[in-house]
Amino acid sequence: MPTYAELKARADKQWQDLTAGDRPWIRVGTALCGQAAGGVEVVEALKKTAEAKGIKVTVDEVGCIGMCYAEPLVDIQKPGESRLFFKNVSADDVPALLESYLVKNQIPTGKVFGYLGAKPIAGAPNIADMPQWKLQNRIALRNAGTTAPDDIFQYIANNGFAALNKALTEMKPADVIQQMIDSGLRGRGGAAFPTGTKWSFLVKNTSPVKYILCNCEEGDPGAYNDKGILESDPYTLVEGLLLAGYATGSSNGIIFVRHGHDGPIDRAEMAVKQAYENGLLGKNILGTSFTFNIEVALTGDSYVAGEETALMEAIEGHRSMPRSRPPFPAAFGVWGKPSNINNVKSLSYAPEIILKGAQWFSSIGVNKSKGTAIVCLSGAIKYPGWYEIPMGLSLSQVINVIGGGPPSGKKVKLLQTGGPLGGVLDANSLNIKIDFEEMSAAGAILGSGGIIIADEDTCAVDLTRVLVAFCQYESCGKCFPCRLGMTHLLEFVERITKLEGRPADLAMMESVGKNMQAGSLCGHGQLGFNPIRSALKFFGSDFKMHIEQKKCPTGSCGKPIISPRNTRPYAEMARDDRQPIQVASKASK
Amino acid sequence: MTVANTSNEALRERIQKAITHQKRPTVTVLSSLLAVQDEIGYIPDVAIEEVAKFTDTTLNDVWGVASFYKNFRFTPPSAHTVEVCWGPTCHLVGATKVMTELMGHLGLKDEGDTADKKLTLRFNTCLGACSQAPVISVDHHLWGKVTPERACKLADKARESGPKHH
Repeated sequence: MPTYAELKARADKQWQDLTAGDRPWIRVGTALCGQAAGGVEVVEALKKTAEAKGIKVTVDEVGCIGMCYAEPLVDIQKPGESRLFFKNVSADDVPALLESYLVKNQIPTGKVFGYLGAKPIAGAPNIADMPQWKLQNRIALRNAGTTAPDDIFQYIANNGFAALNKALTEMKPADVIQQMIDSGLRGRGGAAFPTGTKWSFLVKNTSPVKYILCNCEEGDPGAYNDKGILESDPYTLVEGLLLAGYATGSSNGIIFVRHGHDGPIDRAEMAVKQAYENGLLGKNILGTSFTFNIEVALTGDSYVAGEETALMEAIEGHRSMPRSRPPFPAAFGVWGKPSNINNVKSLSYAPEIILKGAQWFSSIGVNKSKGTAIVCLSGAIKYPGWYEIPMGLSLSQVINVIGGGPPSGKKVKLLQTGGPLGGVLDANSLNIKIDFEEMSAAGAILGSGGIIIADEDTCAVDLTRVLVAFCQYESCGKCFPCRLGMTHLLEFVERITKLEGRPADLAMMESVGKNMQAGSLCGHGQLGFNPIRSALKFFGSDFKMHIEQKKCPTGSCGKPIISPRNTRPYAEMARDDRQPIQVASKASK
Repeated sequence: MTVANTSNEALRERIQKAITHQKRPTVTVLSSLLAVQDEIGYIPDVAIEEVAKFTDTTLNDVWGVASFYKNFRFTPPSAHTVEVCWGPTCHLVGATKVMTELMGHLGLKDEGDTADKKLTLRFNTCLGACSQAPVISVDHHLWGKVTPERACKLADKARESGPKHH
């Protein structure tokens, strides 16, 4: 069992070799966003070209540094120098790039994005001076795009597991919880419940088997920061889970990811495997008496599986339908054992909080919203990407300064925040601060951190239809207020989008929405009316124009609609040639 | 579907192997179904039986789970799958055009399989690369900032390549 000092010494040596050894270190982001931009092809080209030209380099696939708009980003660090980033590199650009920067030692123009590090590189701007970087405060994302997500020693070299070592050697579990409470960290999954307080509920239960569940069932369109953390720095999540386990006296952790998201799954599994191999998971962690196990579990495609009790049902292998509460998970969780559920982001903050102290964390942010928020900007925006900003920045700073506003000088018309259930805001809301209370007072939520921007060319009614279609498609169907309510709401909105709306529709939607809010079992149905309610609040006149004048202000409505329906399995199962299953086993009883 | 007994037995064996060799420690109805889907690309009737036997549950329970999650299908998939993201971001930047064009190009009126069974077209609620919208995935590989023309080209390229390995 290696001690922490031994692991750290090994990691430091490896890091020294990487950054100041005899060969350049090339990093390319291949998270889902990097892959979509062509990062995988660039990595192949880099490896192939370097070999063909006889250039000795280390090529690592890393997560995403956040500036997705410049992807594929190739980050080349010559020994002892700063990192130089090249933007929008295609596989075809690779030979010329390596030839000029590594063979001829010249900085090629055109593709240079900037440098990051202590030593300036002539001819390249400093990324740290760009608003996209300068306005950030990277805590959970401190290693994203910097360290390889498949090499635990790169994480350890950058202070990884120092917080765990500190907790295990210097702190009692109660101290860890107190630090978390004092830090003011609130859950980043949507409900914004204080994380430390949630942990303390589990402490009170003395069951020998307790679970820490990590929710990475991130189905929110517009947000990919949980998946992004798994792809960029899964070790910080593993360490967060370990800290939660130690603090609450739990024995097991489960990281729960959606099937099909291969990148995040592979990297999470690799991180867990390497943690076991190095004595950071299992029995007697770092030579202490602490024992903790982590596994990765998968769910099928289901948005509601992200709800905490539905998540437990999915881990148990059932349909991901919410349970009624009480009993709450801290008393009766997965397999009936006491469980605590945190979002990926919430857990990823824990290591830095324990290492640097509650005071440090609570000095960042505003009011009751401490620390940072990880926002994903997408839609009609110049610089889409994911950024970790201190709480308290205004939406305008985030959208216009970091995001650069809508491209080609158009105006922001609408913002959609916190996932499809979050709600929309209009351009006058740009002064709102990123703060849990301030955002909810305005009728939106920060939720999962997704911010989708629409410009003046977008029809608010049509976008509402897409949001409602999503909520209908993803309703699990267990409780009827949500199942029927969402279907009715979608019918109303589709009718209005087809310019066939009726004057009574608006009042009827309100009434359906109220009943859903009062009667639904979980947040999906309770918040299901949010997209419409908020759209009516800010863009009510657009709805009226569609209904009364049969006219769409942007001209995008009144056409046939393409939208998926939640009926696929039944249609497919109703084929003629299906034979009854005949099976002579107890299973058929 | 009429399948010869021999191939049915071979299928059953593959399914049994998939569900008994799961690499993740927690074995459930869902994990077993996912293992089958990964191995052969769909959930045939024999898989329902085998999963029920293996997990000591009823056929009803297994059907309940299989029909609930949207990634399971019950007929053999086409050789390749193209998924088009219809999340709000992709919608804003032209996913509908991409889908319409692809449906026309592939001779489809909705999501589904092409007549030659070489390609399956599907909607996806979010492929998780919103910054590169509009996004499609071809056999699970993501392609961002796609135009309708590029989407059709990528679909054609997949169609012309050999069947993918499940």
